[in-house]
Amino acid sequence: MTETSLSTAEDDLPEMQSAARRLLRMLWADKFALCAALFLLVVVVLAIIGPHLLDAAAQKQNLRMRNAPPFGFANGWMGVLGADALGRPLLPRIIVAMQNTMLVAAGAVFFSSIMGSLLGLVAGYAKPGVSQVIMRLADVIMSFPSLLLAVVVLYMAGPSVLNLVLVLAITRIPVYLRTTRAEVLEVRERMFVSAARVMGASSRRIVFRHILPVVLPTLMTIATLDFAFVMLAESSLSFLGIGIQPPDITWGLMIAQGRSYLTTAWWLSFWPGLAIILTTLSLNLLSNWMRIALDPVQRWRLEMGGRKNG
Amino acid sequence: MTSFIQKRALTSLISLVGLVVLVFFLSRLTGDPAALFLPIDATDAMREQFREIHGLNDPLLVQFWHYIVDLAHLNFGESIRKARPAIDVVLEGFLWTFQLAVITMVLVTGAAVVVGSLAAFKAGGFFDRFASFVSLIGASAPDFWIAIVGIVVFAVSLGWVPTSGTGTPLHWILPIAVLFIRPFGLIVQVVRGSMITALSSAYVKTARAKGVRTRPIIFVHALRNALLPVITVIGDQAAALLNGAVVVETIFGFPGVGKLMIDSILQRDFNVVLAAIMVTALAIFIMNLLIDLAYSLLDPRIRN
Repeated sequence: MTETSLSTAEDDLPEMQSAARRLLRMLWADKFALCAALFLLVVVVLAIIGPHLLDAAAQKQNLRMRNAPPFGFANGWMGVLGADALGRPLLPRIIVAMQNTMLVAAGAVFFSSIMGSLLGLVAGYAKPGVSQVIMRLADVIMSFPSLLLAVVVLYMAGPSVLNLVLVLAITRIPVYLRTTRAEVLEVRERMFVSAARVMGASSRRIVFRHILPVVLPTLMTIATLDFAFVMLAESSLSFLGIGIQPPDITWGLMIAQGRSYLTTAWWLSFWPGLAIILTTLSLNLLSNWMRIALDPVQRWRLEMGGRKNG
Repeated sequence: MTSFIQKRALTSLISLVGLVVLVFFLSRLTGDPAALFLPIDATDAMREQFREIHGLNDPLLVQFWHYIVDLAHLNFGESIRKARPAIDVVLEGFLWTFQLAVITMVLVTGAAVVVGSLAAFKAGGFFDRFASFVSLIGASAPDFWIAIVGIVVFAVSLGWVPTSGTGTPLHWILPIAVLFIRPFGLIVQVVRGSMITALSSAYVKTARAKGVRTRPIIFVHALRNALLPVITVIGDQAAALLNGAVVVETIFGFPGVGKLMIDSILQRDFNVVLAAIMVTALAIFIMNLLIDLAYSLLDPRIRN
């Protein structure tokens, strides 16, 4: 038993390497997606290490730098994007805020995609009764006015990172649930699933070893797209003052804080907004690429080297 | 069809009851309205009287029971803040939001269908790439940020439109423009995708071979079939507008139901919050129903 599993692990390794190389080649073929992926890589790295290095700089008030305009190098490279009303430089603040923004979005996407796809797998494969219950549950969540619900719950339950993640995650579960179920309903009728069943595989094995890998690419594409959506939702909530609370910062909160100085210091709100746009744009571009790259039927478009009508 | 509507109504009713229960008890946890509405130097007797008048002294379950009984008589309670029936206040706000949503969706649908169709007609061409890129940016931008930038540029610097409020048609331009952008970006992409599929189908090729002119092919033959998936997205976006115009309404000081809701939560005006949730949920339910009806009208295959 151990021997067989060892040998498959060794076989998998070169296979995985070549698959990764193929993905990279396909990424290279789509220059927009390449830029998006690189940008997101930078964002993730900065979100992880940035706050450790720049927290002090982002908190330090310097009243001589109050609302300092951008593109002035008088205050060193930190002040290149200007400074806020308390003279805190904007560039390190944006990088520190990145961590909270990413944390909330990643947490919400993580929870909702795991819960949604598990429920979807069950709803697609289980008996009709169970499936009905799950689908009605999804309908119930879908018919809530989601942003209003988030506003009510967050104001009343208290705005914390955990509550924010939970509210956003719950409202997004149906997206994964419905997609997974629809795909499972189609995949379960295919030959290889029938073959596995005939050979005596358990339901759990069929669902996780045979059906899940087929559904996974779609789920990843949706999760990428949804990350952008959740980020925008978090920003809106923080902007309204019921998301992340000061002294913690997110991009949405920074925009809200800059709002009072709109006519005199536009850069306070402009830069964090630009950061949101660039990140969501990258996520959208990447998910467009994934839709093609992870689909065996359309993959050739990228493998031809990206030439149009190739 | 009726059984379908009944099923839908039942699910929506269950979720609505759940939501009302949740909000009712959660809202009572946020604090005492008497502390907020009476002046600081109010005597304890005055506070007691205030609570007595608004029925806040009873145990929570009794309060809830009274609320349900009133609700059964279509009485949504009084707004403490405005001293008027809560439902009147909410319907007033809802009417504003409804107008905003309808105007925006009509404009968005018209523009997105035309742009998406033309982009699909010459897929890969300059117009297509330009439209795709613009719609992608539109779908990525946070609306509150666009609203702020819009105010700075068009209201403050150029002075073309007022910054906030209502009154003249000019006041509507910025809110509508801001609400327009994201649904437009999304719908253009869906129209484009489904038009490309429709244009490469056999009946379009037949029409071309017959010598039908280009415009009828796009807007008559292909578009009718391509519109089906688009309607779903339009419905989603319209629902999002009905409950998601909160941010834009707050920024532009627009007296819609979203702004009313936020203000009422902050002021602990519980009856208005509950009424607003119920009205919005009802509106979304009706709209989803209309979308399904439109779907079955347009696609005879679904009817059976």
